[in-house]
Amino acid sequence: MDYLWTRCNNCRRILYKQDIVSNNFVCPACNFHFRLTAIERLSILFDEGKYTLIDQDISPEDPLQFVDNKKYSKRLEENRKKTSLKDAVLNARGKMGGLDVVIAALDFNFMGGSMGSVVGEKITRAAELALKERLPLIIVSCSGGARMQEGVLSLMQLMKTSSAVALLDEAGLPYISVLVDPTTGGVTASFAMLGDINIAEPNALIGFAGPRVIEQTIKEKLPKGFQRSEFLLQHGMLDSVVDRKNLRSYLIRALRLFLNRPA
Amino acid sequence: MNEEKDFYKLEKGIVLLKEKIDGLLLSEDPREREKIPPIKQKIEKKWEKIRPNLTPLHIVQIARHPKRPYTMDYLDYLTDDFMEMHGDRHAGDDPALVTGFGFYRGRTVAFIGHQKGRTTRQRIERNFGQPNPEGYRKALRVMKLAEKFGHPVVTLIDTPGAYPGIKAEEQGQAGAIAYNLKEISRLKIPMVNVVIGEGGSGGALAVGVGDAILMLEYSFYSVISPEGCAAILWKDQKATSQAALSLKMEAKDLMEMGIIEKIIPEPPGGAHIDFEQTFKNVDKTLNQVLKKLESKSPEKRLEERYKKFRKIGVFSEK
Ligand SMILES: [Zn+2]
Repeated sequence: MDYLWTRCNNCRRILYKQDIVSNNFVCPACNFHFRLTAIERLSILFDEGKYTLIDQDISPEDPLQFVDNKKYSKRLEENRKKTSLKDAVLNARGKMGGLDVVIAALDFNFMGGSMGSVVGEKITRAAELALKERLPLIIVSCSGGARMQEGVLSLMQLMKTSSAVALLDEAGLPYISVLVDPTTGGVTASFAMLGDINIAEPNALIGFAGPRVIEQTIKEKLPKGFQRSEFLLQHGMLDSVVDRKNLRSYLIRALRLFLNRPA
Repeated sequence: MNEEKDFYKLEKGIVLLKEKIDGLLLSEDPREREKIPPIKQKIEKKWEKIRPNLTPLHIVQIARHPKRPYTMDYLDYLTDDFMEMHGDRHAGDDPALVTGFGFYRGRTVAFIGHQKGRTTRQRIERNFGQPNPEGYRKALRVMKLAEKFGHPVVTLIDTPGAYPGIKAEEQGQAGAIAYNLKEISRLKIPMVNVVIGEGGSGGALAVGVGDAILMLEYSFYSVISPEGCAAILWKDQKATSQAALSLKMEAKDLMEMGIIEKIIPEPPGGAHIDFEQTFKNVDKTLNQVLKKLESKSPEKRLEERYKKFRKIGVFSEK
């Protein structure tokens, strides 16, 4: 945080930054939910903000030697510098309400949270760890979709991750999917929509096709609120829209119910 | 497009020869047929010159060729007594995805395939082969039926992609695709996917994974269309050819990446020049692959299916 003051993206009010941070990165005036980094996300979910990062040694490669206006390898390097992350997801374990859990959190700041080989592998490992240690799994998704620079390898991560979370069904382990702004494309078309329950933060953009692509296809303006959390709740795609301030307690309550562990 | 020549211009000579063959086939006089083999040789010769210079964008054009055999053409040739099943028992029936059962080489097989229309009217009716959520759900319903009766599933992939529409979103396009993937991962019967034309992203993937993926020589399978990729990454439609090259979406690329099991050769000039030869090639490989899968136990197949996708991905680990 370089400046003490910032402007809310939604209500445009000038706010004291510390007030936003202490309010779970939510605008105290209009309830706008600022985007969180994966680190911020983990710190607001785990008990006392304490957790252990896992699967930290995995880094992306450039298997297709992909070059658009910029080399993919160069893009990766820039994003590494910008975010101090190796790729767009962090895996962690720790406690929530005293219960041991595995959480994977995507980070939109790293190439739009896109899923290539690393995100696919880490989500899979998070699910496999949950299976091995018999722990509940929570994935917080925030992604533009499959990463084009890894081509069809990215597309196949949809199947890889969906197969991995399927294992938790047979093992009777809870998997909760949290969708935050924005979650679209290949991530919604795989693990993000496969939770035992799917929940979202308010007003998050969630969908398969991006709104611009749809507008170009149907040559119409999209209705207000289209592909927002509340719209998805209305259409039966979500179990609940949960304010960030209630997210942690909601997750703990759900886990307690699924695991038959009254407080 | 850059200086690169359109495939339709490149193939002109071959198309003229093919038309000659078609004419001869119609003739009542058996002596006329004897003229066919030398013409086929001419096609082969022409193709030998064209083929080495084909670019990825040319492959895309062949895969999308309006005369290319579609799912229904394959079903006509491969199956006896194909019976189509309709509806997802939920919201509707998707004409872009054809599902049903037929006898194939002495056994019942469930077939699921994208269908593009041949005429303009059919194309609109079939939504250009772009499925909606009810399509994936219908497909899953038929997969489950196949599982119930212990029949294998064969899917034929040929779609530009999932349809980006309002209703598709309202009815949960993303979730429907995701759910198919999850359910396919534990389907107890053998499942083989054949990419016959376009393998367009999520719309292809939702019915395009299983125990073995086979691709026709000039088909492609991609995370995004080259046009879409050019628009997003290059912000320039003119970059389509470059995007097609960069995405590495041809059969040989997927083979190298260990994603697919077999490449099915196409006749000289591409599948649309000789339907029968194409069907024969598909039949041969498909039957081989199915037989091998049928000889394994369901547990073994599920384990191998999981491993197949588990190992896809390139990253480093220090
Ligand atoms: Zn505000």
